[in-house]
Amino acid sequence: MSTPAFTLIGFGPEGWGKLLLLAAGLTLVAAVCSFALGSLLGAAGAALKLASSRSLRGIGTFYTTVFRGIPEILVVYLFYFGGSLALTRLMHLAGFPGFFSLPSFIIGVVAIGLVSGAYQTEAYRSAYLRLERGQIEAGKACGMSSFVLLWRVIAPQTLRFALPALGNIWQSVLKETALLSIIGLVELLRQSTIASGATRQPLLFYGVAALLYLVMGQITALGIRTVEKRLARCWGR
Amino acid sequence: MDWPFLFATAKTLLTGVPLTLRLAATSLCAGFALAVGIAALAGSRFAPARWLAALYVMLFQGTPLLVQIFIVYYGFGQIDFLRASFAWPFLQQAYWCAILALSLNTSAYGAEIIRGAVAAVPPREIEAARAMGMSGLLLRRRIIWPQALQYGLANYGNEAILLLKATSLASVITLMDVTGLAYRLVSKTYRSEEIFTVAGLIYLALTFVIATGVHLLERRLTPCRRV
Repeated sequence: MSTPAFTLIGFGPEGWGKLLLLAAGLTLVAAVCSFALGSLLGAAGAALKLASSRSLRGIGTFYTTVFRGIPEILVVYLFYFGGSLALTRLMHLAGFPGFFSLPSFIIGVVAIGLVSGAYQTEAYRSAYLRLERGQIEAGKACGMSSFVLLWRVIAPQTLRFALPALGNIWQSVLKETALLSIIGLVELLRQSTIASGATRQPLLFYGVAALLYLVMGQITALGIRTVEKRLARCWGR
Repeated sequence: MDWPFLFATAKTLLTGVPLTLRLAATSLCAGFALAVGIAALAGSRFAPARWLAALYVMLFQGTPLLVQIFIVYYGFGQIDFLRASFAWPFLQQAYWCAILALSLNTSAYGAEIIRGAVAAVPPREIEAARAMGMSGLLLRRRIIWPQALQYGLANYGNEAILLLKATSLASVITLMDVTGLAYRLVSKTYRSEEIFTVAGLIYLALTFVIATGVHLLERRLTPCRRV
């Protein structure tokens, strides 16, 4: 207990403040990328689950059941170990000997993105089902092509209905990025572990990490709520 | 497909199921007891009690469970009065650290579910009961709690499933649950796809059992809403 706590988390030569903030930035970037990937997968998953073909619906259901039913950490591990092995095999086939591994950032984003995509599938699907059928029929009657219909009628309303659920999913994605620390990505939690190892102050640094997660979560939640309110106003219901 | 290997893997991983279930069940019960307390605070007429409940929920819902587990497992050793207290022999064991973190975490979500379920009881029924002269515990036991149970059961079932999945994080602090065993097996054999797939199937099966159980219980408790 030689150095006081505020020096340790400060920005001086002995402080970890800058590294922690940078790591928090990486956490945020990883979360945004995972969420974006999840949005694409979620939109595709919802399209599958709403398809008229039975086998397509089956694929959609399989996706959401599996990725919502198994722990995120297993998905992360599977991609961490499996991804590198697959890449190494692929490179061997192409004639490059040795061991290859994927960057943990990419592995993590893919794994968390797949899981959040499964949750987003449900969000988009239930939002789409809340849409009034009459509007789609009206759009068709006006002669809109299916793309225009999607762009002008379906997508904006589905997004608005899905927004509260998407906000919750964003919060869990932000927290799930902490799992990337166990596959070696130096994001916020990993950086705190490194700092607490060097200073023997785990309580302090994990506390700071918790606080930074909380701040990131609360600020983004505030933003989402503002958007929700604004949308509710212009829709008027 | 290397069936003998898959069966051997399944046999090894299944030995982790009791620990996974014990973690989930203990945390679910302890978390529920805490959640009832927090929900009572949240519904209190005394404003600081409501703030306290809101702060608790925000802290535990707003931070990753892994961070909470690390604070309990690595951080609590720095707190002198904890080291001196009766709880220290427990907190030295990874198992009890995991239970504590999981219980605190799930209690925050549980409190929100309970609060929502109690708020969903129609106010007219409460007024009617009061008009009949019921109050206090009688009102709660006869009118509020039975209905809140019906409203909240499905949500609490979801929370139980999330909790079951969350127990896998206990493997990070050395516990040999299904995930921990799978990880150890992978680092021995490097056959990650097969092993993690088997582990995933075990979790899917457990989730399915819980979901079915909750569904049956719900059917039993709500004969009036059955169609």
